[in-house]
Amino acid sequence: MSERQAQETGARGLVGLPEPTIYDRSRPGRRGVRPPRPDVPERPVEELAAGAPLRREPPALPEVSENQVVRHYTRLSQLNYAVDTGFYPLGSCTMKYNPRINEEMASLPGFAQLHPAVPEEAAQGALQLMWELERYLAEIAGMARVSLQPAAGAQGELCGMLIIRKYHESRGERRRKVLVPDSAHGTNPATAAMIGFDVVEVASDARGGVDLADLSRHLDEDVAALMLTNPNTLGLFDENIVEVARRVHAVGGLLYYDGANANAIMGVSRPGDMGFDVVHFNLHKTFSTPHGMGGPGSGPVGVKEALVPFLPVPLVERRGGQFVLDYDRPQTIGRLRSAYGNFGVLVRAYTYIRALGAEGLRRVSEDAVLNANYLLHLLRDTFDVPFDRLCMHEFVVSATPVKQRTGVRALDIAKRLLDHGYHSPTVYFPLIVDEALMIEPTETETKETLEDYAQALKAIVAEAEENPEALRQAPTRTPVRRLDEAGAARRPVVRLDRG
Amino acid sequence: MTYAPHTDEDRQAMLAALGLSSVEELFRDIPEEVRLRRPLDIPPGESEAALRRRLGAMARRNASADRYVCFLGGGVYDHYIPAAIPPLLSRGEFLTAYTPYQPEVSQGTLQSILEFQTMICALTGMDVANASMYDGASAAAEAALMAVDMAGRDRLLAPRTVAPDVRETVRTYLSGRGYALDEVEVDPAAGRLDPERLADALTDRHAAVIVGYPNFFGVVEDLAALAAVAHERGALLIAACDPIALGIFESPGALGADIVVGDGQALGNPMNFGGPSFGFFAAREAFLRRMPGRIAGRTVDRDGTPGCVLTLQTREQHIRRARATSNICTNNALNALAATIYLSLLGPAGLREVAAACLQNAHYAAERLEAAGARLAYRAPFFKEFLLELPCPPEDVIRRGLERGILAGRSLRREYPELDRHLLVAVTEQRTREEIEALAGIVEEAIR
Repeated sequence: MSERQAQETGARGLVGLPEPTIYDRSRPGRRGVRPPRPDVPERPVEELAAGAPLRREPPALPEVSENQVVRHYTRLSQLNYAVDTGFYPLGSCTMKYNPRINEEMASLPGFAQLHPAVPEEAAQGALQLMWELERYLAEIAGMARVSLQPAAGAQGELCGMLIIRKYHESRGERRRKVLVPDSAHGTNPATAAMIGFDVVEVASDARGGVDLADLSRHLDEDVAALMLTNPNTLGLFDENIVEVARRVHAVGGLLYYDGANANAIMGVSRPGDMGFDVVHFNLHKTFSTPHGMGGPGSGPVGVKEALVPFLPVPLVERRGGQFVLDYDRPQTIGRLRSAYGNFGVLVRAYTYIRALGAEGLRRVSEDAVLNANYLLHLLRDTFDVPFDRLCMHEFVVSATPVKQRTGVRALDIAKRLLDHGYHSPTVYFPLIVDEALMIEPTETETKETLEDYAQALKAIVAEAEENPEALRQAPTRTPVRRLDEAGAARRPVVRLDRG
Repeated sequence: MTYAPHTDEDRQAMLAALGLSSVEELFRDIPEEVRLRRPLDIPPGESEAALRRRLGAMARRNASADRYVCFLGGGVYDHYIPAAIPPLLSRGEFLTAYTPYQPEVSQGTLQSILEFQTMICALTGMDVANASMYDGASAAAEAALMAVDMAGRDRLLAPRTVAPDVRETVRTYLSGRGYALDEVEVDPAAGRLDPERLADALTDRHAAVIVGYPNFFGVVEDLAALAAVAHERGALLIAACDPIALGIFESPGALGADIVVGDGQALGNPMNFGGPSFGFFAAREAFLRRMPGRIAGRTVDRDGTPGCVLTLQTREQHIRRARATSNICTNNALNALAATIYLSLLGPAGLREVAAACLQNAHYAAERLEAAGARLAYRAPFFKEFLLELPCPPEDVIRRGLERGILAGRSLRREYPELDRHLLVAVTEQRTREEIEALAGIVEEAIR
């Protein structure tokens, strides 16, 4: 406990009882919510649907009361760890606090109950919001234009890489190679491969950045792009970024910026100024929109001027004081989803940016980097620090020495953290660090939280020395203990019996 | 406002511990030439109160369904959202959790996904379902990629009655690897794909046929006959469904579909100007290990207690990297949870009632609009929406509607230039007889 002693009441939360499935609660004929009844003159369904096959068996959905539904999902929620319940330093995921005003704004009926096919003149508020958000994101990225359409980071990558492919094709080139550092997120190689590029891995150097010699070995006229995260997944800013960009551009390749780590650089440095040609942001990371157990996200993509013609359709334009949707873009890559994007997520990000303003956004990155460095400082003697530099918004330490001394692995440490009431860091990533613990505290955590977390990690390492077996048994205080994942994959049970 | 808790003293103490004298020094690894030496050109921060005013004013400039009577459809619909859903979704334990990579503290998420997968299988008549995709269009595109990969063929086929957004998205996803989507014209009188026409268009280069069920014009396609033709040629049938329709119409699985996708907005999610909703993706058992996206599975913990995990993760990008079945990572879990709660609240009887009410209202509306002087474009069975042929430009109706607080329908002029006197009208269970009469009145006036 840091400095001040907590004044505990001793309350320990509710007794954890197993929660049956909603199907277990089901009884034939029980009803929950009644939908509205039609007040038009009714005709027999068989007559109205003549020529179409009616359902012979009703779908096997649960038959439960509203009370049962509310109680069941409330109780399920209580089995979850979340930003709202505790510190969630999951590296590369930017689990910052999700301001409630964002939720309130996204649920305004004028936004939430707006149909995407209303005439443009009847959606001016929504289109204005998108138009302004595009400009804010372009300014933060240092890009000419931004498409708000991609639904998540990985779809942003897909969008960006399709743009890059189309750009080369427009110049009569069919480049096949995409370079990806060995520290990259899995989505980067998966995206490049998904659209037919050959993925070539580039090594990292002793400082954790792109190895310039290895980069040059792979660079030739067949390289379509280099996909890079900067700061990278080690939490390190690539000091050679200008030279990296110069070399890639020299062979006619483009630079793709994976914005997963943009929380470190807002108002400090812009991908466009670093030499990147395409950028995606994760609004659900950097711009505080909630992760929702894995989504919805939003992955806007920004591009430099030369790539603007290839952006997905539609784009929002302002013509004579009116906001309009522009579909007339002959070189577009097309569309990646229906409508205009995850608009509800855009409203939240817009609200966040307007709440913070230019100064606040920069302060976010400053505090995020300060928090990460402070926590790294507190842990420096506890773990191995493979790249001992100032980190950016996150850092990676290795539990290899602990493992060598005690046999306890990063996974065991991660699981014991759950018993201490914390979410574990990202483990075993990036792949180039053995027994990696990747920690991203974010700017919304207090100094005391960071200190308490460091204390917990130190206590766990001490426990590893004394009683390694206890750590291999962790967690013991969670709703379930370690689960048999191999068994789950061997004999998949992916739906319940009642279905 | 930054939502950050630090006092100046905190910052000073932390910097001192690091041996630094200023925040600026934290960024010394960033080369000077790429440092931004000016403030971002973004307006200054505002208070919550100011934001409420600003965004409130923006929201009021939209013709949303709380103030306008909505007859718009084409994939997004004004269905009733039970009151119990929003408070459950706004629980921080759902709202602010990440992907359940630490299953010991994510059983709420994982169990709800398993329930969701079960319900999607029940609705679609499929064996297995994933945890969700971004939306219906991208789910169809992922199904298309899965089909070409499995079949070793390089083309897909879709009638033009498949929603334009879906076809365009499929085309974009396929384009990366040089695959193509061929389109089949549809009998202009029937508004649905004739199995014989499909047989003529299908070649052994086609991995699958995508069919809307109901299609973009609300017409219920003859899925069984189309599936039979597809299978005869060694192609798969991908059905892109309206999940509400599955409350009353036969499941695609029972009619021979191999992969079933669709958009889940209608299941308890607000329209949100088109997103977020979620996509569902279900398939036959044999395709389980080829499927994209996350899948929850049941297992036991060390004490033998039942629990759930994300399973078959070796399909996914964070394990398999360049050899993954898809690049998808973030999905639309919270929207899928809305659907899980929706389907629990409604149950089989409630879902059937919603579907039946849509069917009744839409057919009554079609009858009234024909009486008002418009004409149904197709003589084919339809569900909750239909294409209306007008003796005037559709904009005449739409404009009059806006003046009276009615979103009368959508013009298809951009997507189908040949349908320039047509209006696509959707009628959900929320519409009343009075609202339908008002729409008929507007159409009558516009025609006069």
